[in-house]
Amino acid sequence: MVRFILNRLLLIVPTFIGITLVAFIFIRLLPGDPVILMAGERGVSAERHAELMAQFGFDQPLWKQYVDYVSGLLHGNFGYSYSTKKPVLSEFMARFPATLELGLCAIVLASVLGIAAGILAAIRRGSWIDQVTMGTALVGYSMPIFWWALLLIILFSTKLGWTPVSGRIALTQFFPSVTGFMLIDSLLAGKPAAFWSAVQHLILPTIVLATIPLAVIARQTRSAMLEVLGEVYIMTAKSKGLTPRRVIWLHALRNALIPVVTTIGLQVSVLIGGAILTETIFSWPGIGKWMIDSISRRDYQVVQGGLLLIAAVVMFVNLTVDLLYGLINPRVRYR
Amino acid sequence: MALLEVRNLSVSFETASGDLFYAVRGIDISVDVGEVLAIVGESGSCKSVAMLAVMGLLPPVAIVKADVMRFDGRDLLTLSPRQRRDLSGREMAMIFQEPVASLNPCFTVGFQIEETLRKHTDLDAAARHQRAIELLQAVGIPEPERRLGSFPHQMSGGQCQRVMIAIATACTPRLLIADEPTTALDVTVQKQVLDLLLRLQAENGMALVLITHDMGVVAETADRVIVQYAGRKMEDTDVVSLFSAPESPYTRALLSALPENAGSGRLPTVSDFAPPAEAMK
Repeated sequence: MVRFILNRLLLIVPTFIGITLVAFIFIRLLPGDPVILMAGERGVSAERHAELMAQFGFDQPLWKQYVDYVSGLLHGNFGYSYSTKKPVLSEFMARFPATLELGLCAIVLASVLGIAAGILAAIRRGSWIDQVTMGTALVGYSMPIFWWALLLIILFSTKLGWTPVSGRIALTQFFPSVTGFMLIDSLLAGKPAAFWSAVQHLILPTIVLATIPLAVIARQTRSAMLEVLGEVYIMTAKSKGLTPRRVIWLHALRNALIPVVTTIGLQVSVLIGGAILTETIFSWPGIGKWMIDSISRRDYQVVQGGLLLIAAVVMFVNLTVDLLYGLINPRVRYR
Repeated sequence: MALLEVRNLSVSFETASGDLFYAVRGIDISVDVGEVLAIVGESGSCKSVAMLAVMGLLPPVAIVKADVMRFDGRDLLTLSPRQRRDLSGREMAMIFQEPVASLNPCFTVGFQIEETLRKHTDLDAAARHQRAIELLQAVGIPEPERRLGSFPHQMSGGQCQRVMIAIATACTPRLLIADEPTTALDVTVQKQVLDLLLRLQAENGMALVLITHDMGVVAETADRVIVQYAGRKMEDTDVVSLFSAPESPYTRALLSALPENAGSGRLPTVSDFAPPAEAMK
């Protein structure tokens, strides 16, 4: 097991080098001068422009900028935001809990509902339940996130007034931040009203963010279950006289979960892509919105550092999925 | 009274065009206590389908009909699903053709054996564990205590089939159906598994239904033989009469198609003796 984890950790090194390269080159390929964008409408004189370019190191050859960037990273320095002058790492850490809270809620919702819907569709194959579930999944998968978000906002926030339009919590609620998770911190502070406000603010963004992963997980679960239900060991389980519930939820699901867990892991990357849109629409103060703002400001250091940190999160999730995969499937354990 | 008595069993499936496809047509089967019955026939003769119907293991799309389907005096056709489940694994058990595929790859061998005991007995965890060790010992698996923690992929095909036999015989059933239990195994292992089945059958006094297309296995093991072709019963006779005086043209075809009976000429095929399966529908 230790060797398995070490192998996976070693693979992270080349991946990280690749990501630093992509992040570094990608932001510089975008048209727009960072110094001019920083100056805004006031503009900047040629001398000041040259001075700032030198100050930020933009006058250096690209390879030199890259080497400086990577050597900074090796010293734990992710750079400073040009616009806020704060370290990228602390800016990231300040926003990450918001994204993590939303992302966790979304992936839990998508996994629980997706797996349940997939199982139901598989055991009622060809019935109206199967048709409706898979039809809905297809619609969910095909729907543009921003459009779906706007529809929900119009219905639940504007027309019915059930949920807030944007933000993370009502502005009237104050409590100390301990974990960065509004749900937990409000409970720790003993403020049920704040907790309820956080829940209300989470509902729509969670639904929007969970929609595509939910559809994908439901379809994957259905096809995995159908395959597994045809296996001989399912017949063995039935021949032992086990209840259908035990055959499906233990014998079939455990095997069907193997591809489903991989899918859930892959959906985390999709979720981060979706978080950028969702956070922008709902003014959610997470890393998605932060990245979009930084890209439009050509805040090179933030985009580079942010991408790297997001990649680290994705790699961590993938490592967890690999370990989980080994736990579920004994055939890949200790290899 | 026969332990298992089936009269006029038919199994059909609805095709895409809405017609019924009959896999099994009006078969009678009866198995006595302690008897070894072999069901022989070529691939596609639906030997397995008939016995899966008896075990209640066919998918819901299968339409199973019979005038009589009785096990130990109980009418299988009128039992509730729960009552059927109480019988399965306890009084009637089945092992399948593919031993490795028959065991769930995600669970240890011990878990899979003890699961049957948990379902059908009142044994506590320690007693189940002890019984599982005894069962593995009985089927000839070395180091049974250590092997209980093994996963199916860590065992050979022959060992997996032994484990399947241990699972099937865990509650000493009165009827064991073995669906081509040696087909996927090496020749040397085939003999060992057959000997093991016969030993357990004799020790436990259980009836054994052996589905096979190996006439050598039939000659060595069976008391009585049913020959099946295209979902119909062609012959039902004792094993000596089958080889000495086969009545059905199809049985004669099967026997003459054995390489040792074929002489030096062309091996005969079924169509030399019996109408093709399509014509039987």
